[in-house]
Amino acid sequence: MERLDRKAMAARVARDIPEGAYVNLGIGLPTMVANYLPADKDIFLQSENGVLGMGPAPAPGLEDPELINAGKQPVTLLDGGCFFHHADSFAMMRGGHLDICVLGAFQVSATGDIANWHTGAPGAIPAVGGAMDLAIGAKQIFVMMELLTKSGESKLVERCTYPLTGIGCISRVYTDLGTFSVGPQGAGIIDLVPGFSIEEARRSTGLALDAAQLAA
Amino acid sequence: MIDKSVASAQAAVADIQDGASIMIGGFGTAGMPDELIEALIARGLRDLTVISNNAGNGETGVAALMREKRVRKIICSFPRQADSHHFDALYHAGEIELELVPQGNLAARIQAAGAGLGAIFTPTGFGTQLAEGKETRNIDGRDYVLEYPIHADFALIKAQQGDRWGNLIYRKTARNFGPIMAMAAKTAIAQVAEIVPLGALDPEAVVTPGIFVQRVVPIMPASALAA
Repeated sequence: MERLDRKAMAARVARDIPEGAYVNLGIGLPTMVANYLPADKDIFLQSENGVLGMGPAPAPGLEDPELINAGKQPVTLLDGGCFFHHADSFAMMRGGHLDICVLGAFQVSATGDIANWHTGAPGAIPAVGGAMDLAIGAKQIFVMMELLTKSGESKLVERCTYPLTGIGCISRVYTDLGTFSVGPQGAGIIDLVPGFSIEEARRSTGLALDAAQLAA
Repeated sequence: MIDKSVASAQAAVADIQDGASIMIGGFGTAGMPDELIEALIARGLRDLTVISNNAGNGETGVAALMREKRVRKIICSFPRQADSHHFDALYHAGEIELELVPQGNLAARIQAAGAGLGAIFTPTGFGTQLAEGKETRNIDGRDYVLEYPIHADFALIKAQQGDRWGNLIYRKTARNFGPIMAMAAKTAIAQVAEIVPLGALDPEAVVTPGIFVQRVVPIMPASALAA
Protein backbone atom coordinates (compact mmCIF):
# COMPACT_ATOMS: atom_id res chain seq x y z
CA MET A 1 0.00 0.00 0.00
CA GLU A 2 1.09 3.59 -0.64
CA ARG A 3 1.35 4.91 2.88
CA LEU A 4 1.70 8.73 2.99
CA ASP A 5 4.85 10.13 4.56
CA ARG A 6 4.57 13.18 6.77
CA LYS A 7 5.12 15.59 3.91
CA ALA A 8 2.38 13.97 1.85
CA MET A 9 0.04 14.05 4.87
CA ALA A 10 0.72 17.76 5.27
CA ALA A 11 0.05 18.34 1.58
CA ARG A 12 -3.22 16.38 1.86
CA VAL A 13 -4.46 18.59 4.74
CA ALA A 14 -3.35 21.74 2.91
CA ARG A 15 -5.58 20.83 -0.06
CA ASP A 16 -8.65 21.19 2.17
CA ILE A 17 -7.81 24.69 3.44
CA PRO A 18 -9.53 27.31 1.26
CA GLU A 19 -8.39 30.84 0.52
CA GLY A 20 -9.50 33.30 3.17
CA ALA A 21 -9.45 30.74 5.99
CA TYR A 22 -8.22 31.75 9.45
CA VAL A 23 -6.20 28.75 10.59
CA ASN A 24 -4.27 27.61 13.66
CA LEU A 25 -1.76 24.83 13.05
CA GLY A 26 -0.91 22.95 16.24
CA ILE A 27 2.58 22.18 17.45
CA GLY A 28 4.45 19.30 15.81
CA LEU A 29 3.19 17.52 12.69
CA PRO A 30 0.43 20.09 11.89
CA THR A 31 3.02 22.87 11.65
CA MET A 32 4.24 21.21 8.43
CA VAL A 33 0.94 22.02 6.70
CA ALA A 34 2.14 25.62 6.33
CA ASN A 35 4.79 24.46 3.87
CA TYR A 36 2.11 23.23 1.46
CA LEU A 37 -0.35 26.13 1.48
CA PRO A 38 -0.54 27.80 -1.95
CA ALA A 39 1.64 30.92 -1.98
CA ASP A 40 -0.71 32.77 -4.32
CA LYS A 41 -3.69 32.60 -1.94
CA ASP A 42 -4.38 34.58 1.24
CA ILE A 43 -4.64 32.12 4.13
CA PHE A 44 -4.30 33.62 7.60
CA LEU A 45 -2.20 31.65 10.08
CA GLN A 46 -2.79 32.37 13.76
CA SER A 47 -0.53 31.29 16.59
CA GLU A 48 -2.01 31.39 20.06
CA ASN A 49 0.88 33.22 21.67
CA GLY A 50 -0.44 36.30 19.89
CA VAL A 51 0.16 36.61 16.16
CA LEU A 52 -2.09 36.59 13.09
CA GLY A 53 -0.67 36.67 9.59
CA MET A 54 2.31 34.55 10.52
CA GLY A 55 4.92 33.98 7.85
CA PRO A 56 7.57 31.29 7.37
CA ALA A 57 10.70 30.78 9.44
CA PRO A 58 13.24 33.59 9.08
CA ALA A 59 16.52 33.18 7.22
CA PRO A 60 19.37 32.06 9.48
CA GLY A 61 20.73 35.00 11.44
CA LEU A 62 17.48 36.96 11.22
CA GLU A 63 15.69 35.26 14.12
CA ASP A 64 14.00 37.57 16.64
CA PRO A 65 13.49 36.00 20.10
CA GLU A 66 10.38 38.15 20.51
CA LEU A 67 8.79 36.95 17.28
CA ILE A 68 7.96 33.30 17.88
CA ASN A 69 5.11 30.84 17.39
CA ALA A 70 3.33 28.69 19.97
CA GLY A 71 6.07 26.08 19.59
CA LYS A 72 8.52 28.81 20.63
CA GLN A 73 10.20 28.67 17.21
CA PRO A 74 11.22 31.88 15.42
CA VAL A 75 8.78 32.99 12.71
CA THR A 76 8.16 36.06 10.57
CA LEU A 77 5.20 38.40 10.16
CA LEU A 78 3.56 38.93 6.78
CA ASP A 79 2.66 42.44 5.64
CA GLY A 80 -0.81 42.94 7.13
CA GLY A 81 -0.07 40.68 10.09
CA CYS A 82 -0.58 41.84 13.65
CA PHE A 83 0.05 41.10 17.32
CA PHE A 84 -2.36 40.87 20.26
CA HIS A 85 -2.47 39.74 23.87
CA HIS A 86 -3.46 36.32 25.16
CA ALA A 87 -7.06 37.12 26.08
CA ASP A 88 -7.74 38.33 22.53
CA SER A 89 -5.88 35.37 21.09
CA PHE A 90 -8.00 32.81 22.91
CA ALA A 91 -11.15 34.81 22.20
CA MET A 92 -10.37 34.13 18.54
CA MET A 93 -10.62 30.41 19.34
CA ARG A 94 -13.34 30.19 21.93
CA GLY A 95 -15.45 32.79 20.15
CA GLY A 96 -15.55 30.72 16.98
CA HIS A 97 -13.65 33.22 14.83
CA LEU A 98 -11.07 30.76 13.51
CA ASP A 99 -12.20 28.58 10.64
CA ILE A 100 -9.85 25.61 11.04
CA CYS A 101 -7.54 24.19 13.69
CA VAL A 102 -5.26 21.29 12.81
CA LEU A 103 -4.09 19.26 15.82
CA GLY A 104 -1.99 16.21 16.54
CA ALA A 105 -3.50 13.50 18.72
CA PHE A 106 -2.87 10.31 20.68
CA GLN A 107 -6.41 9.15 19.96
CA VAL A 108 -9.62 10.33 18.31
CA SER A 109 -12.95 8.61 18.89
CA ALA A 110 -15.56 7.82 16.28
CA THR A 111 -17.78 10.49 17.80
CA GLY A 112 -15.09 13.17 17.63
CA ASP A 113 -13.57 13.13 21.13
CA ILE A 114 -9.85 13.88 21.19
CA ALA A 115 -7.05 12.89 23.58
CA ASN A 116 -3.79 14.72 22.95
CA TRP A 117 -2.52 16.38 26.12
CA HIS A 118 -1.55 13.74 28.66
CA THR A 119 -0.70 10.07 28.59
CA GLY A 120 -1.85 9.70 32.18
CA ALA A 121 1.35 7.79 32.92
CA PRO A 122 2.25 7.74 36.62
CA GLY A 123 4.90 10.33 37.46
CA ALA A 124 4.42 12.21 34.18
CA ILE A 125 4.20 15.95 34.75
CA PRO A 126 0.96 17.10 33.15
CA ALA A 127 1.14 20.05 30.76
CA VAL A 128 -1.89 21.22 28.80
CA GLY A 129 -0.98 24.56 27.23
CA GLY A 130 -3.58 25.59 24.69
CA ALA A 131 -4.61 22.04 23.77
CA MET A 132 -8.07 22.19 25.35
CA ASP A 133 -8.74 25.65 23.96
CA LEU A 134 -7.65 24.62 20.47
CA ALA A 135 -9.76 21.46 20.61
CA ILE A 136 -12.91 23.59 20.72
CA GLY A 137 -11.34 26.62 19.09
CA ALA A 138 -12.54 26.76 15.49
CA LYS A 139 -15.53 26.09 13.28
CA GLN A 140 -13.80 22.90 12.11
CA ILE A 141 -11.16 20.98 14.05
CA PHE A 142 -9.01 18.59 12.05
CA VAL A 143 -6.63 16.00 13.44
CA MET A 144 -3.51 14.87 11.66
CA MET A 145 -1.87 11.68 12.91
CA GLU A 146 -0.66 8.26 11.90
CA LEU A 147 -3.59 5.84 11.88
CA LEU A 148 -1.76 3.12 13.80
CA THR A 149 0.72 3.14 16.66
CA LYS A 150 4.12 1.53 16.18
CA SER A 151 2.68 -1.64 17.68
CA GLY A 152 -0.23 -1.58 15.22
CA GLU A 153 -3.04 -0.35 17.47
CA SER A 154 -5.52 2.04 15.92
CA LYS A 155 -5.47 5.63 17.17
CA LEU A 156 -8.94 6.07 15.67
CA VAL A 157 -11.01 4.34 18.35
CA GLU A 158 -14.51 3.65 19.58
CA ARG A 159 -13.73 5.43 22.85
CA CYS A 160 -10.53 7.22 23.94
CA THR A 161 -8.56 5.53 26.73
CA TYR A 162 -6.16 8.43 27.27
CA PRO A 163 -7.36 11.47 29.27
CA LEU A 164 -9.65 13.60 27.09
CA THR A 165 -8.78 17.00 25.70
CA GLY A 166 -12.23 17.75 24.28
CA ILE A 167 -15.55 16.04 23.62
CA GLY A 168 -17.26 15.68 20.25
CA CYS A 169 -15.18 18.48 18.75
CA ILE A 170 -13.27 16.81 15.90
CA SER A 171 -14.79 16.60 12.43
CA ARG A 172 -12.04 15.09 10.31
CA VAL A 173 -8.94 12.92 10.78
CA TYR A 174 -6.11 12.94 8.25
CA THR A 175 -3.81 9.92 8.49
CA ASP A 176 -1.05 8.19 6.59
CA LEU A 177 -3.56 5.55 5.42
CA GLY A 178 -6.59 7.68 4.63
CA THR A 179 -8.91 10.47 5.64
CA PHE A 180 -11.85 9.86 7.96
CA SER A 181 -14.88 11.82 9.12
CA VAL A 182 -15.95 11.57 12.75
CA GLY A 183 -18.91 12.95 14.63
CA PRO A 184 -22.38 12.17 15.99
CA GLN A 185 -23.02 9.68 13.17
CA GLY A 186 -19.80 7.81 13.88
CA ALA A 187 -16.72 7.37 11.76
CA GLY A 188 -16.66 7.24 7.99
CA ILE A 189 -14.12 6.93 5.21
CA ILE A 190 -13.43 9.96 2.99
CA ASP A 191 -10.47 8.49 1.16
CA LEU A 192 -7.94 5.65 1.53
CA VAL A 193 -4.46 5.36 0.09
CA PRO A 194 -4.16 2.98 -2.88
CA GLY A 195 -3.74 -0.57 -1.67
CA PHE A 196 -5.54 -0.03 1.65
CA SER A 197 -9.04 -1.45 1.28
CA ILE A 198 -12.25 -0.62 3.12
CA GLU A 199 -12.10 -4.06 4.73
CA GLU A 200 -8.52 -3.49 5.90
CA ALA A 201 -9.47 -0.08 7.28
CA ARG A 202 -12.35 -1.62 9.23
CA ARG A 203 -10.19 -4.47 10.49
CA SER A 204 -7.31 -2.14 11.49
CA THR A 205 -9.54 0.24 13.41
CA GLY A 206 -12.11 -2.22 14.70
CA LEU A 207 -14.75 0.31 13.64
CA ALA A 208 -17.78 -0.12 11.39
CA LEU A 209 -16.55 2.62 9.10
CA ASP A 210 -19.22 4.07 6.86
CA ALA A 211 -18.01 4.11 3.25
CA ALA A 212 -20.83 6.14 1.68
CA GLN A 213 -18.66 9.27 1.30
CA LEU A 214 -15.84 7.38 -0.37
CA ALA A 215 -15.46 8.52 -3.95
CA ALA A 216 -15.65 5.61 -6.31
CA MET B 1 3.45 65.70 39.19
CA ILE B 2 2.80 62.01 38.89
CA ASP B 3 5.84 60.01 37.90
CA LYS B 4 5.48 56.22 38.00
CA SER B 5 9.01 55.64 36.78
CA VAL B 6 11.31 53.88 39.23
CA ALA B 7 15.07 54.10 38.86
CA SER B 8 15.95 50.45 39.38
CA ALA B 9 14.49 46.97 39.36
CA GLN B 10 15.61 46.64 43.01
CA ALA B 11 13.57 49.67 44.03
CA ALA B 12 10.57 48.49 42.02
CA VAL B 13 10.24 45.19 43.91
CA ALA B 14 11.38 46.46 47.33
CA ASP B 15 7.95 46.09 49.01
CA ILE B 16 7.10 42.55 47.86
CA GLN B 17 6.74 40.26 50.89
CA ASP B 18 7.09 36.54 51.64
CA GLY B 19 3.98 34.65 50.54
CA ALA B 20 3.00 37.21 47.89
CA SER B 21 1.12 36.17 44.75
CA ILE B 22 2.94 37.36 41.66
CA MET B 23 1.91 37.24 38.02
CA ILE B 24 4.88 37.01 35.68
CA GLY B 25 4.45 37.80 32.00
CA GLY B 26 6.08 35.92 29.17
CA PHE B 27 5.50 32.99 26.88
CA GLY B 28 8.65 30.95 27.05
CA THR B 29 11.34 33.59 27.22
CA ALA B 30 9.50 36.13 25.01
CA GLY B 31 8.25 38.88 27.30
CA MET B 32 9.88 37.40 30.40
CA PRO B 33 10.89 40.29 32.74
CA ASP B 34 14.26 38.76 33.63
CA GLU B 35 15.73 41.79 35.39
CA LEU B 36 12.69 42.26 37.66
CA ILE B 37 12.88 38.57 38.57
CA GLU B 38 16.60 38.83 39.33
CA ALA B 39 15.80 41.71 41.68
CA LEU B 40 13.05 39.62 43.27
CA ILE B 41 15.45 36.72 43.83
CA ALA B 42 17.95 39.08 45.45
CA ARG B 43 15.28 39.99 48.03
CA GLY B 44 15.44 36.43 49.39
CA LEU B 45 11.66 36.02 49.51
CA ARG B 46 9.99 32.66 50.19
CA ASP B 47 6.67 30.90 49.67
CA LEU B 48 5.67 32.88 46.62
CA THR B 49 2.68 31.95 44.48
CA VAL B 50 3.57 32.48 40.83
CA ILE B 51 1.05 32.79 38.00
CA SER B 52 2.78 32.41 34.63
CA ASN B 53 2.24 30.46 31.44
CA ASN B 54 5.30 28.24 31.87
CA ALA B 55 7.23 27.03 34.89
CA GLY B 56 10.56 28.33 33.65
CA ASN B 57 12.79 27.79 30.65
CA GLY B 58 16.51 27.25 30.99
CA GLU B 59 18.23 29.23 33.73
CA THR B 60 16.74 32.73 33.68
CA GLY B 61 13.44 34.33 34.67
CA VAL B 62 10.91 32.00 36.28
CA ALA B 63 13.42 29.14 35.96
CA ALA B 64 15.83 31.06 38.23
CA LEU B 65 13.05 31.51 40.81
CA MET B 66 12.51 27.75 40.69
CA ARG B 67 16.22 27.01 41.01
CA GLU B 68 16.37 29.20 44.13
CA LYS B 69 13.31 27.43 45.60
CA ARG B 70 11.32 30.62 46.16
CA VAL B 71 8.00 29.32 44.87
CA ARG B 72 5.46 27.40 46.95
CA LYS B 73 2.81 27.17 44.27
CA ILE B 74 2.64 27.79 40.53
CA ILE B 75 -0.49 28.33 38.47
CA CYS B 76 0.38 27.73 34.82
CA SER B 77 -0.64 25.97 31.63
CA PHE B 78 2.53 24.34 30.36
CA PRO B 79 5.12 23.47 33.00
CA ARG B 80 6.82 20.50 31.37
CA GLN B 81 9.22 21.37 28.59
CA ALA B 82 12.60 20.25 27.36
CA ASP B 83 14.31 22.96 29.41
CA SER B 84 12.11 23.05 32.53
CA HIS B 85 14.53 20.95 34.62
CA HIS B 86 14.42 23.21 37.70
CA PHE B 87 10.63 22.91 37.95
CA ASP B 88 10.70 19.19 37.14
CA ALA B 89 13.07 18.51 40.04
CA LEU B 90 10.89 20.42 42.53
CA TYR B 91 7.75 18.72 41.28
CA HIS B 92 9.18 15.22 41.55
CA ALA B 93 10.49 16.04 45.05
CA GLY B 94 7.01 17.19 46.07
CA GLU B 95 8.37 20.64 46.90
CA ILE B 96 5.99 22.67 44.76
CA GLU B 97 2.24 22.77 44.28
CA LEU B 98 1.01 22.85 40.67
CA GLU B 99 -2.38 24.17 39.54
CA LEU B 100 -2.63 23.29 35.87
CA VAL B 101 -4.95 25.56 33.87
CA PRO B 102 -5.66 25.44 30.14
CA GLN B 103 -3.91 28.40 28.54
CA GLY B 104 -7.04 30.18 27.35
CA ASN B 105 -8.72 29.69 30.72
CA LEU B 106 -5.62 31.10 32.38
CA ALA B 107 -5.92 34.19 30.19
CA ALA B 108 -9.67 34.45 30.72
CA ARG B 109 -9.40 34.07 34.51
CA ILE B 110 -6.69 36.73 34.67
CA GLN B 111 -8.72 39.01 32.46
CA ALA B 112 -11.84 38.38 34.60
CA ALA B 113 -9.93 39.49 37.68
CA GLY B 114 -8.84 42.68 35.96
CA ALA B 115 -12.34 43.34 34.71
CA GLY B 116 -14.00 42.82 38.09
CA LEU B 117 -16.01 39.75 37.10
CA GLY B 118 -17.04 37.28 39.80
CA ALA B 119 -16.52 34.21 37.60
CA ILE B 120 -16.71 33.06 34.02
CA PHE B 121 -18.34 30.14 32.21
CA THR B 122 -15.86 28.70 29.72
CA PRO B 123 -16.34 25.81 27.25
CA THR B 124 -12.65 24.91 27.45
CA GLY B 125 -11.95 21.80 29.47
CA PHE B 126 -15.56 20.63 29.77
CA GLY B 127 -15.67 16.86 30.30
CA THR B 128 -11.94 16.59 31.01
CA GLN B 129 -9.84 15.86 34.11
CA LEU B 130 -9.14 19.57 34.48
CA ALA B 131 -12.84 20.29 35.06
CA GLU B 132 -13.48 17.45 37.53
CA GLY B 133 -15.53 18.59 40.51
CA LYS B 134 -16.26 21.97 38.97
CA GLU B 135 -19.70 23.46 38.49
CA THR B 136 -21.00 23.22 34.92
CA ARG B 137 -23.90 24.70 33.05
CA ASN B 138 -25.51 24.18 29.67
CA ILE B 139 -26.24 27.55 28.08
CA ASP B 140 -28.05 27.64 24.73
CA GLY B 141 -27.00 24.07 24.00
CA ARG B 142 -23.31 24.41 24.80
CA ASP B 143 -21.62 23.06 27.94
CA TYR B 144 -19.53 25.37 30.11
CA VAL B 145 -17.35 25.09 33.21
CA LEU B 146 -17.46 27.69 35.98
CA GLU B 147 -14.00 29.16 36.61
CA TYR B 148 -13.02 31.86 39.06
CA PRO B 149 -10.82 34.91 38.49
CA ILE B 150 -7.13 34.84 39.32
CA HIS B 151 -6.00 37.90 41.24
CA ALA B 152 -2.47 38.73 42.36
CA ASP B 153 -0.66 41.12 44.64
CA PHE B 154 1.88 42.02 41.96
CA ALA B 155 2.43 41.65 38.23
CA LEU B 156 5.91 41.71 36.75
CA ILE B 157 5.75 42.33 33.02
CA LYS B 158 7.97 43.43 30.14
CA ALA B 159 7.02 46.10 27.62
CA GLN B 160 8.90 48.05 24.99
CA GLN B 161 8.13 51.67 25.81
CA GLY B 162 6.37 53.38 28.70
CA ASP B 163 5.83 56.92 29.93
CA ARG B 164 5.67 58.40 33.44
CA TRP B 165 1.90 57.92 33.56
CA GLY B 166 2.35 54.18 32.98
CA ASN B 167 1.07 53.93 29.40
CA LEU B 168 2.70 50.97 27.64
CA ILE B 169 3.34 49.58 24.22
CA TYR B 170 4.85 46.15 23.67
CA ARG B 171 7.07 44.44 21.14
CA LYS B 172 5.83 41.65 18.82
CA THR B 173 4.85 38.38 20.52
CA ALA B 174 6.46 39.52 23.79
CA ARG B 175 3.09 41.19 24.49
CA ASN B 176 1.38 37.89 25.39
CA PHE B 177 0.14 38.10 29.02
CA GLY B 178 1.40 41.63 29.81
CA PRO B 179 -1.78 43.64 29.22
CA ILE B 180 -4.11 41.34 31.16
CA MET B 181 -1.70 40.73 34.05
CA ALA B 182 -1.28 44.48 34.46
CA MET B 183 -5.05 44.72 34.89
CA ALA B 184 -5.35 41.84 37.34
CA ALA B 185 -2.69 42.69 39.91
CA LYS B 186 -2.96 45.22 42.73
CA THR B 187 0.48 46.53 41.78
CA ALA B 188 1.69 46.15 38.21
CA ILE B 189 5.39 46.69 37.60
CA ALA B 190 6.55 47.00 33.99
CA GLN B 191 10.13 46.89 32.86
CA VAL B 192 10.50 48.78 29.59
CA ALA B 193 13.37 49.18 27.16
CA GLU B 194 12.74 52.92 27.12
CA ILE B 195 10.81 55.56 29.03
CA VAL B 196 9.53 58.22 26.67
CA PRO B 197 8.08 61.69 27.39
CA LEU B 198 4.32 62.12 27.82
CA GLY B 199 2.76 62.48 24.39
CA ALA B 200 5.44 60.51 22.61
CA LEU B 201 3.33 57.34 22.53
CA ASP B 202 0.62 57.51 19.87
CA PRO B 203 -2.58 57.55 21.97
CA GLU B 204 -4.30 55.48 19.28
CA ALA B 205 -1.65 52.79 19.68
CA VAL B 206 -1.30 52.62 23.48
CA VAL B 207 -1.93 48.97 24.41
CA THR B 208 -2.02 49.22 28.20
CA PRO B 209 -3.51 52.47 29.53
CA GLY B 210 -1.56 53.89 32.45
CA ILE B 211 -4.40 53.33 34.94
CA PHE B 212 -3.40 49.64 35.03
CA VAL B 213 0.29 50.28 35.74
CA GLN B 214 1.80 51.44 39.02
CA ARG B 215 5.54 51.34 38.31
CA VAL B 216 7.69 51.61 35.19
CA VAL B 217 11.35 50.64 35.29
CA PRO B 218 13.75 51.39 32.43
CA ILE B 219 15.89 48.35 31.66
CA MET B 220 18.21 48.64 28.70
CA PRO B 221 17.93 45.43 26.65
CA ALA B 222 21.00 43.24 26.87
CA SER B 223 21.31 43.32 23.07
CA ALA B 224 21.56 47.13 23.16
CA LEU B 225 24.18 47.01 25.91
CA ALA B 226 26.28 44.61 23.90
CA ALA B 227 26.11 46.79 20.79
